[in-house]
Amino acid sequence: MKTENQKAWFFVLPVLLLVAFNALVPIMTVVNYSVQETFGNNVFFWQGLDWFEQILRSDRFQAALGRQFLFTFLILIIEIPLGIIIALSMPKKGMWVPVCLVLMALPMLIPWNVVGAMWNIFTLPKIGLLGYFMNDVLGVNYDMTQDPLAAWITIIVMDVWHWTSLVVLLSYAGLVSIPDAYYQAAKIDGASPWKVFRYIQLPKMKTVLTIAILLRFMDSFNIYTEPFVLTGGGPGNSTTLLSIDLVKIALGQFDLGPAAAMSLIYFAITLLVSWLFYTLMTKDDAK
Amino acid sequence: MAKITLSNLRHSYMPNPEGPEDYALKEIDLDWQDGGAYALLGPSGCGKSTLLNIISGLLTPSEGRILFDDHNVTDLPPNQRNIAQVFQFPVIYDTMTVRDNLAFPLRNRGVDEARIAARVAEIAAMLEVEEMLDTRASHLSPDNKQKISMGRGLVRDDVNVVMFDEPLTVIDPHLKWKLRSKLKELHQRVKATMIYVTHDQTEALTFADQVVVMQEGEVVQIGTPVELFERPQHTFVGHFIGSPGMNVLPAEEHGGGARFEGRHVALEGAVTGQGGKTQIGIRPEFVSLADAGLPARVRKVSDVGRHAVVEAMVGDTPVKAIIEGELPEQGAEVHLAFRPSHTRLYRDGWLSTEVEGAA
Repeated sequence: MKTENQKAWFFVLPVLLLVAFNALVPIMTVVNYSVQETFGNNVFFWQGLDWFEQILRSDRFQAALGRQFLFTFLILIIEIPLGIIIALSMPKKGMWVPVCLVLMALPMLIPWNVVGAMWNIFTLPKIGLLGYFMNDVLGVNYDMTQDPLAAWITIIVMDVWHWTSLVVLLSYAGLVSIPDAYYQAAKIDGASPWKVFRYIQLPKMKTVLTIAILLRFMDSFNIYTEPFVLTGGGPGNSTTLLSIDLVKIALGQFDLGPAAAMSLIYFAITLLVSWLFYTLMTKDDAK
Repeated sequence: MAKITLSNLRHSYMPNPEGPEDYALKEIDLDWQDGGAYALLGPSGCGKSTLLNIISGLLTPSEGRILFDDHNVTDLPPNQRNIAQVFQFPVIYDTMTVRDNLAFPLRNRGVDEARIAARVAEIAAMLEVEEMLDTRASHLSPDNKQKISMGRGLVRDDVNVVMFDEPLTVIDPHLKWKLRSKLKELHQRVKATMIYVTHDQTEALTFADQVVVMQEGEVVQIGTPVELFERPQHTFVGHFIGSPGMNVLPAEEHGGGARFEGRHVALEGAVTGQGGKTQIGIRPEFVSLADAGLPARVRKVSDVGRHAVVEAMVGDTPVKAIIEGELPEQGAEVHLAFRPSHTRLYRDGWLSTEVEGAA
């Protein structure tokens, strides 16, 4: 005889409450704002989907979205291959393994606003080491506070410096899990180094790389602190990524309705692209 | 195909080996005949995998040379030695189909596609894996994966030697038997030199024409399964092969025979050498219950089906005997007889008697 009782609900309840308070409730308040207009004093007017339409049609949003995709695309095509290459060249055993791992982990341990501040000072012309070196030693005109291209290069390099380690560590974990016999068999089968990479290392790294790509996509797509501290979105609007723009609308202009609509659109895009990545990268396994 | 010669081979994993105990392989001189089926048998850590990796070129020996048909290959990497190796755990290329897996070693060597297709079809037929040729290799069961690994080893018809490093470890017992007989059959068909490393005597004895028994980095005996059983050159071989292994009993030399627990025991023939620690060795198969002989008390009787293993105490020394038919009671007083033709003297572990009539 199976005895049925409802005790299980008590075990699920804490999680339900937690999820409700840290995800559902905040999102529902955002949904609430996104369909209403307010002029203060807690007086709200129903607005329907107007804010969504306004945001989607606005040049400002489209430009920020374009910059956001460009940023994420650039850091992914740099960080993923670079991370794999570094992981491949790291020692697999011996005393240098912990040294390499700690060196790799260091950038990730630095708080994000500190990273922004560091790179700001580092790259300022005249004051910063890099800024001084570029301008006064090499004679290259480099000023990320004035030149959009310089600003872009700086935020890309900063992100690569900060986050390539994540890809390295994940890839490395995948690589060291490959038994020696695979390399020995490949040697005996006469496989070239490229084939060893293509048919042994890459397939074994696939799961961790899927995670690395997803994490790097989501983090870079939602990036705020570092570029905000480094460039503040400038010069002009040239490095105003989506989240920076969102904060400007929400807290700078205090347009809560459009900001809420934009948040939801932003969230939907992140979710959709993550889902696409995940589906594409794991579809082979189902075959 | 080639004859493989190992000459004065020694290997140590330490940079500066001093005593013989620092060597994983101590002084190996061996000839592997072309087309032979060999087994390398020994307990874990005896150096058999080291020896295998030296032959395949994955390891370079500290000292000595390896010759393939009198051609020195000691410093050649594995891909230039033209050998094949099957590992303990199946190695397959997950993203490829079974067909591409089998073709891989040939494609890497630039063999033309028509020839590849023919070879793959032939090997697939031999291994009975034709129906899975177009499935992704990652979806196969462990035994089929191991079959594909073997197939990759056998697909090249010009290899000098195919080596198997305990290939049945991960296979389910009921499939082990099938794969083992498959291998034997394959050897008869492809006629390649094969070396099979294992610590399982059944695998070694069923697969090989010649078994090389190793212990602590040394080859203790090379022989046919029958020779290893009938006339072990070393107490280790006697003990390691057989179920149960050979009785090794402390004894002194005594007037052309031996003295064990105060009684004279006849040996197969003349004793050679002198000094050292002496023991007599006799397989349980050649110990029988008799009316007269060594008095003993039965300590344990284990019926293993077709026969029983009787363990009896002669003085303070346990002696095992394989008995068919009527069994003694536990605690019974019996007499044991050793068949002289299979009773031998060992000196410091090594055989030290000659067969009657030998020079």
